[in-house]
Amino acid sequence: MKLRTILAAVSMAALAVAAQAEGVKVGMITTLSGGGAGLGIDVRDGFMLAVKQSGRSDIEVVIEDDQQKPEIAVQLADKMVQAEQVDILTGIIWSNLAMAVVPSVTAQGKIYLSPNAGPSALAGKGCHPNYFNVAWQNDALHEAAGAYANDAGFANAFILAPNYPAGQDALTGFKRMFKGNLAGEIYTKLGQTDYAAEIAQIRASGADSVYFFLPGGMGISFLKQYADSGVGLPLVGPAFSFDQGILQAVGAAALGVKNTSQWGKDIDNPVNKAFVESFQAEYGRLPSLYASQGFDTANLMISAMGKADVKDTAAFTAALKEADFASTRGKFSFGANNHPVQDIYVREVIQEGDVFTNRIIGTALTDHGDVYAAECQM
Amino acid sequence: MSVLLLIEQILNGLQFGLMLFLISAGLTLIFGVMGIINLAHGSLYMVGAFAAAAGAAATGSFVLGLGAALMAAAIAGVIVEVLVIRRLYDRDHLDQVLATFALILIFSEGTRWVFGSFPLYLDVPSWLSGAVTLPGGIPYPLYRLTIIGIGLAVAAGLFLLIAKTRVGIRIRAGESDREMIAALGVDISKLYTLVFALGAALAGFAGALVGAIQSVQVGMGEPMLILAFVTIVIGGIGSIKGAFVGAILVGLTDTLGRFLLPVLFGVFMEPSSATAVGSALASMLIYILMAGVLIFRPTGLYGKA
Repeated sequence: MKLRTILAAVSMAALAVAAQAEGVKVGMITTLSGGGAGLGIDVRDGFMLAVKQSGRSDIEVVIEDDQQKPEIAVQLADKMVQAEQVDILTGIIWSNLAMAVVPSVTAQGKIYLSPNAGPSALAGKGCHPNYFNVAWQNDALHEAAGAYANDAGFANAFILAPNYPAGQDALTGFKRMFKGNLAGEIYTKLGQTDYAAEIAQIRASGADSVYFFLPGGMGISFLKQYADSGVGLPLVGPAFSFDQGILQAVGAAALGVKNTSQWGKDIDNPVNKAFVESFQAEYGRLPSLYASQGFDTANLMISAMGKADVKDTAAFTAALKEADFASTRGKFSFGANNHPVQDIYVREVIQEGDVFTNRIIGTALTDHGDVYAAECQM
Repeated sequence: MSVLLLIEQILNGLQFGLMLFLISAGLTLIFGVMGIINLAHGSLYMVGAFAAAAGAAATGSFVLGLGAALMAAAIAGVIVEVLVIRRLYDRDHLDQVLATFALILIFSEGTRWVFGSFPLYLDVPSWLSGAVTLPGGIPYPLYRLTIIGIGLAVAAGLFLLIAKTRVGIRIRAGESDREMIAALGVDISKLYTLVFALGAALAGFAGALVGAIQSVQVGMGEPMLILAFVTIVIGGIGSIKGAFVGAILVGLTDTLGRFLLPVLFGVFMEPSSATAVGSALASMLIYILMAGVLIFRPTGLYGKA
C-alpha cells in the first residue's frame, strides 16, 4: 500500500516535471475545408510562420478542421481540452463558431486567443479575462467605413449585408459613424449568389454611394455582377471582400474600390515588411489580412511565454494584456475588454503587374476601440 | 417604385429561373429515366465551373472554356455512372442518397486538391460584358440577356430531343417501362450512361455560365442543388416541362419576393423592421410556394400520380 503511494507520488512528480518541460501546447480549431477554407488556411499559415521564426521548440500546435460547423468546433474544443490538454486555444474564423466554443473553454480555465471572429457579445457583457481578440471587434471595420464615407463626402448611401448577426452588426456599425442619409437598406439571404434584384434597386434609389458587407463568395458574386450592370456608383466595403485570396477571383471588377482594414501589406514598418517577404518565400503567395492576424496572434503568445509560465493563468494573461510584441500593424494595444485598440486604414484595390492587391490611401479611425468595452466587467 | 424597375425585376426573375432550369433539367432527367436521386448533381455543376475557369485561363477564350466545361462534366458524369451509380439501380433511395452524398465530399476535396482553396477567376468575355439599353430605357446587362437566350434555346433543344429523336423515344420508353425496353433489345445500360452524361453536361454548362458572374469556389454547387430540388419537386419529379415551369416560378417568386416584400411591409411598419421582416420572409418564400403546390398537387405540377 505504502509502496503504491510512493510510486504514485513519484510518477506524479515525474509528470509535473514533464509538464514543465513541455512548454506551451496550442489547440488550433479552424476552417480548412469547404467554401471558407481559404481564411482558415491563411490564419494557420500565418500562425505557423511566426512559430517557426521564433525558433522555439517548446511550442506544440495541434491543428483540427472545424468544417465551418459549430457542432464540430464544440466537439473539437472538448477533445482539445480533455484529451489533448492544451493550454491555449485559437484559430476560429466565424463568429457563430466562436460563440459556441469560447465561453465554455474560458470557463474551464483555458486561454482563448481569437485570430479573427470578434462578436459583440464577447466584447461586452460576455467578456472574460482569459479571452483575447487579436484581430478586431466585429463592428470596427464597418465603423471605419462609415467614417470614411463621411470624409469622402458621401451623403446618400445605399447599404446592404446578409441577414445574420454579423450582417446586422455590420450595418449597425456603419450607421453608428455615417452622418449622411440612407437611400436604402437591404438584408440579403446568407449565401445568396445572385444580386440582380438588389442591383436594380440600387440603380433606382438615387444613391451616391454603396456600402456592402458580403464576405467570401457572396462578395465575389456581387462585385462581378455590379461591375457588369453599369451602375458605376462608388463602392465602399470592409476588407473581407477584398482580401488577397478573393481579389484574384474578382479581377478588374474590384479595381478602385475603397475598403477598410486594420492591416495592409504596405504598412511601413520593418516587422510588416519582413512578414510579407517571409510569407511569400514560405508559401509562394501574398499574405492576406487573415494571415497577418494569425501571425500577430502567435507573436503575442510567444511574447507572453517569455514573461510567464502558461500554467500560471493569471500571470500569463497579465503578460498577454501588455501586448508587448512587434505587430505587423505597428502600434497595437488591448482595451479594457481585451479587444484591440488600433488604427483602421482605408485601402484602394490596385493592380501590380498581373496581381490585384490593396494600397493604403489614408487612415479612417485612429486608436479605435469599441463601444462594447463600457459594458465589460472583469 | 416605378414600372420600369418592376419590368427589370421581372427580367431578373426570368433570367434566374432559366439558370435554374439548366441545372434542374439534368437532375429531373436522371431521376425520371433512371430513378436515381443524384445529390452529386451540384458537384457536376461545380466541375463545369472549374473546368470553364481553367479552360478560359489556359486558352484565353470564354467559348473554349464553355466547351471544356461541357466535356469535363460529361466525362465526370460517365465515370460516376460507370463506377458508382450503375451499382445502385436496384437499391433503395436511401442507399443512393448515401453514395451520392459521399460523391459530394469526394468531388469537393478532390477539387480542392487540384485547384486549391481559393476561388478561381472566371469573367464575362468582353464582347458580352456591360449593359445594353432595352426599349423603354431600361439598362440591362448583356450577359444576363444572353443567359435568357441560351436558357430558352436549351429548353427548346431538350423538348425536340425528347419529342422528335430516336434517343428521345428510348428515353421516354425507359421512363415508363425499363424492363420492357430492355426486353425489346435496347441496350439499357448504354442508354443510362448517355442520359447521365447528358444530365451532367447540362449541370456543367450551367456551372460555367453562372460561374462567370458568381464565385467559382469549392462548395458552390450545394446551394444550387437545394434550389434545383425545390424546382423539380414543384414541377413534378421526372418531367422536363415541369422543371421548366417550376424553374420560372421559383425564379420569379424569389426575385420579386426579395424586391416587393420589404416594400409591402414598409406600408405599415417602420423601415428598418420592414426590411428585416421582409427579407426574412422573402428567403422562405420559395419553400412556402413548394409547400403550397404540394398541398394541391402532391406529385407536383406535371408529375405523374
